Amino acid sequence: MSEKTQVEDIDRSLHDTKNENKYRYKSEKGLTPEVIKDISREKDEPQWMTDFRLKSLEIYQQKEIPDWGADLSDLNLDEIIAYIRPDADLQSDWDEVPEEIKNTFDSLGIPEAEKKSLAGVGAQYDSEVVYHNLKEELVEQGVIYMDMENAIKEYEDVVKEHFMQLITPNDHKFSALHGAVWSGGSFVYVPAGVKVDIPLQSYFRFNAPGAGQFEHTLIILEEGAEAHFIEGCSAPQYSINNLHAGAVELFVGENASLRYSTIENWSRNMYNLNTKRALVEEDGVIEWVSGSFGSKVSMLYPMSILKGKGARAEFTGVTFAAEGQYLDTGAQVIHAAPHTTSTVNTRSIAKGGGKAYYRGLLKATENAHHAKATVSCESLMLDNDSVSDTLPIMKLETDDIDIGHEAKVGRISEESIYYLMSRGIDEEEAKAMIVRGFVEPIAKELPLEYAVELNNLISLELEGTIG
Amino acid sequence: MNKKLLNVCNLKSKVEAEKILQGINLEVETGEIHVIMGPNGSGKSTLANVLMGHPEHEITDGKVEFEGENINDLAVDKRAKKGIFLSFQYPQEIPGVTVENFLRTAKTAVTGENQSIFDFKFLLEDKMKLLDIDQSYADRYLNKGFSGGEKKKNEILQMAVLEPKLAILDETDSGLDVDATRTVAEGIKKLASDDNAMIIITHHNQILDYLQPDYVHVLVDGKIVKTGDMDLAREIEKEGYAAYKPEKVEDYKSAKNC
Ligand SMILES: Nc1ncnc2c1ncn2[C@@H]1O[C@H](COP(=O)(O)OP(=O)(O)OP(=O)(O)O)[C@@H](O)[C@H]1O
Ligand SMILES: [Mg+2]
Repeated sequence: MSEKTQVEDIDRSLHDTKNENKYRYKSEKGLTPEVIKDISREKDEPQWMTDFRLKSLEIYQQKEIPDWGADLSDLNLDEIIAYIRPDADLQSDWDEVPEEIKNTFDSLGIPEAEKKSLAGVGAQYDSEVVYHNLKEELVEQGVIYMDMENAIKEYEDVVKEHFMQLITPNDHKFSALHGAVWSGGSFVYVPAGVKVDIPLQSYFRFNAPGAGQFEHTLIILEEGAEAHFIEGCSAPQYSINNLHAGAVELFVGENASLRYSTIENWSRNMYNLNTKRALVEEDGVIEWVSGSFGSKVSMLYPMSILKGKGARAEFTGVTFAAEGQYLDTGAQVIHAAPHTTSTVNTRSIAKGGGKAYYRGLLKATENAHHAKATVSCESLMLDNDSVSDTLPIMKLETDDIDIGHEAKVGRISEESIYYLMSRGIDEEEAKAMIVRGFVEPIAKELPLEYAVELNNLISLELEGTIG
Repeated sequence: MNKKLLNVCNLKSKVEAEKILQGINLEVETGEIHVIMGPNGSGKSTLANVLMGHPEHEITDGKVEFEGENINDLAVDKRAKKGIFLSFQYPQEIPGVTVENFLRTAKTAVTGENQSIFDFKFLLEDKMKLLDIDQSYADRYLNKGFSGGEKKKNEILQMAVLEPKLAILDETDSGLDVDATRTVAEGIKKLASDDNAMIIITHHNQILDYLQPDYVHVLVDGKIVKTGDMDLAREIEKEGYAAYKPEKVEDYKSAKNC
């Protein structure tokens, strides 16, 4: 058995402990240009960023809430506090992190994980990163891994050139909101030819009632670079609706290769409206691993833009919706160059009246000749109350593209449960086996600790399924 | 010393609104091999499923006792733990779950003892050899893409691993070629002992020649209409079931106390 390291988040009770909130700064409810200016001033940002935020706010105020997918009418955006800075400055030594915050992170096993297999840890507490560290050898190779706030100051030109260029405030209401109030997140830069062979990891976590989480992740891989970034998420349980509207922008250079892995496990009151995009240059590779657990509502459609000839995208996703959850997830791939290839492989599971939808987009531009796309998505419903479906959309401007598409929607078979039970296996375990078997073709592609984590999360979700 | 394992009394069942079993009486002691024959649709698989506890089949009358305990309301997995096993006529395919993983989980459940991965591997290897099953099948997904015959062999492999007290084999020999029938029959014979018993549902005599059953029962329209020995099986092979009408039921052990 592998030791659990980066993805320790399975025991929800562990995550659902919350610290007493101590805030140095708390912005007023609702959003005004004054609030935005305050945020920017507090962060001591350059003028261009302040202007960018204000412009985004304007767009935000004009945009409508999406009327497709999940129901967002319970989401009171005015109630969501945009910016909460924890009572802590950036620390590079674990010992100096305030005790309270440390206890929360300790229970997530972060310093442990760091010691064992991680190159660096960026832990987000509320909106700002309080802990940041990167192994020295990586620093020597020119790898940069730091929080976004400091990256703007230390690497202003690089950040300015890339920041919200892939995801713009004009894309939708929540990308505009993100542009206005973003706070915290990670910046990763890997120079040409450098291969980072240990995964970089970040933990995002929020801890204030009504607080939104708007972290921004920007990863740039130069030509021939390689990296694996792991985003770990969990949040304590609160009664007030919480919103997560982060943004992830990934720039994959020529011949570069990036794996971006997330197993999200939000508390059940969370609106997870994250936007993730990757731009891939010639012969570059983006690999997504995406597990969506928890949350009240998730709308998450990571997009790969295959811009360079021969670029490749792989998306592997598992979505599990239980009672009271509406998870609308899927992969978007845009073939914008010849000989580009993409593989999308997803499994959705719904139980206890949960709703799990696969909503995917496959687009090919006129010059995407000799492109190849394979989409396989399957859904499994564990009872008659649950809903699961696949809604793939294709927009093809060329017919010189090879497409393989397979979609299956089904309900768990009573005969199969009976068969397994006839060998002494109890009903709960029988169902868990069938579900694990259902995701197995995906799990076996994952690194071992992820596969173990996925299985644990599935078992946890299935506990008490009976009756 | 033989002891009473199964006691079925006046068992009646229905599925959906359909009455299937119409009053079955059957007693099985350890060390015995019973055979049930009967025309298609007469209720053989239904009897097997009712004994195993299939949730869709409802017992409307009578009782099933296992080792002296009424198990009418016992859940399927609990029956398996008591030592009842059913080799299915149509085994289910379970994608993504390997034969080895599944059987180790089942063995753990049935014995209540953790099975070390290492020891279990050896045990499984052993049983696979016994049944002439290629070792690579341990890593295949349970019944997924198995041929009809392979599925049946896999059922007997499960029986060999789980070592039940009462094994009900529902047409395990259907779909097996001549050599496989011999291998499976010999395997079953090795597993049969004075401590367990078997109920074998079949349409063919080849397997019976190997197993030398103690009793042969004829099931027609949800009732056992005649009980005999191997001679009865041979007679049926020649004459068919035309002579066995349920009206002519000569109730097997009809005087039995229920
Ligand atoms: N789930 C069900 N719903 C409705 N009818 C059923 C169901 N299961 C069995 N039956 C009916 O019960 C009767 C007995 O079926 P069963 O499968 O027990 O026959 P069998 O003796 O095993 O036949 P065979 O030799 O063909 O295997 C049949 O008429 C069948 O159609
Ligand atoms: Mg049958």
